[in-house]
Amino acid sequence: MRIELNGRAIDVGGGATVADAVAAAGAADRRGVAVAVEGEVVPQSQWDATALTEGQHVDVLHAVQGG
Amino acid sequence: MSAFEIAGRAWESRLIVGTGGFRSLETMERALEASGTEIATVALRRVDPTAQGSVLDVVEQLGLFLLPNTAGCYTARDAVRTAQMAREALETDWVKLEVIGDDRTLFPDAVELLRAAEQLVADGFVVLPYTNDDPILARRLEEVGCAAVMPLGSPIGSGAGIRNPYNLQILIEHAGVPVILDAGVGSASDAALAMELGCDGVLLASSVARAKDPVAMAHAMRKAVEAGYEARQAGRIPRRLYAEASTPGDGISGH
Repeated sequence: MRIELNGRAIDVGGGATVADAVAAAGAADRRGVAVAVEGEVVPQSQWDATALTEGQHVDVLHAVQGG
Repeated sequence: MSAFEIAGRAWESRLIVGTGGFRSLETMERALEASGTEIATVALRRVDPTAQGSVLDVVEQLGLFLLPNTAGCYTARDAVRTAQMAREALETDWVKLEVIGDDRTLFPDAVELLRAAEQLVADGFVVLPYTNDDPILARRLEEVGCAAVMPLGSPIGSGAGIRNPYNLQILIEHAGVPVILDAGVGSASDAALAMELGCDGVLLASSVARAKDPVAMAHAMRKAVEAGYEARQAGRIPRRLYAEASTPGDGISGH
């Protein structure tokens, strides 16, 4: 299954969840990380249970230095 | 300095420091410490697996309050989503709301800003909007429930100081929420002037981060904000065109 993760198309296994996408994005840990699927925020408590579907846009964000 | 409140929360320091633009996390840490700030802003970006160190670790170790921003957002829609993601990532409902109009001036887009502020307030956020030095827009932001207004002095990162002190003064006179100068500070005198004009606080980043010695500049900014605040409380003398002698004229020998 292909998804668009942080602007790049990648292959994830069938049945992949938001938690899998977070790991694939390279987040070192879950602290300070937020995810949006198709622009909708997915709370951290639902990462493991939320399945992804073909072609979805997933954004995985974290805090960086900024004014 | 006496404490001031934003959204019912008291702060001792009237200086808020952005974490962007520092040459290293170590310099940032020392500068934040030297500034005496209690609030540090951060941005949200896509995870970069190659990034070294974490701004969160530094800010949390210093015990500072994290204020996420929506820097880089051009529409209310993007800003609202970024704020919601920041709330999820950082477990705070405070947000420094930035909705900019173009990347050359980084001036706020007034229409999108007001729209985003309204939506975020309705969604339970404590909204601190980066805004123009426009007293009417500030009033509109206050009316939709913003917890403070943060007018610019001049463009972000320009170091051009406070270009329109008259507008800022009018904005301050009419504001019913804290006013925090949020862009354009170049050196300590700009921060002091903001406080003398009656701002409740100053938010700055580039003037410290890009200074030759960021730690020393952070300390200077701390003192400037304190000095400006104290001068405001003390009440300055009016400006006059002509001299007014401070030494009595009577009793001069030879008269």
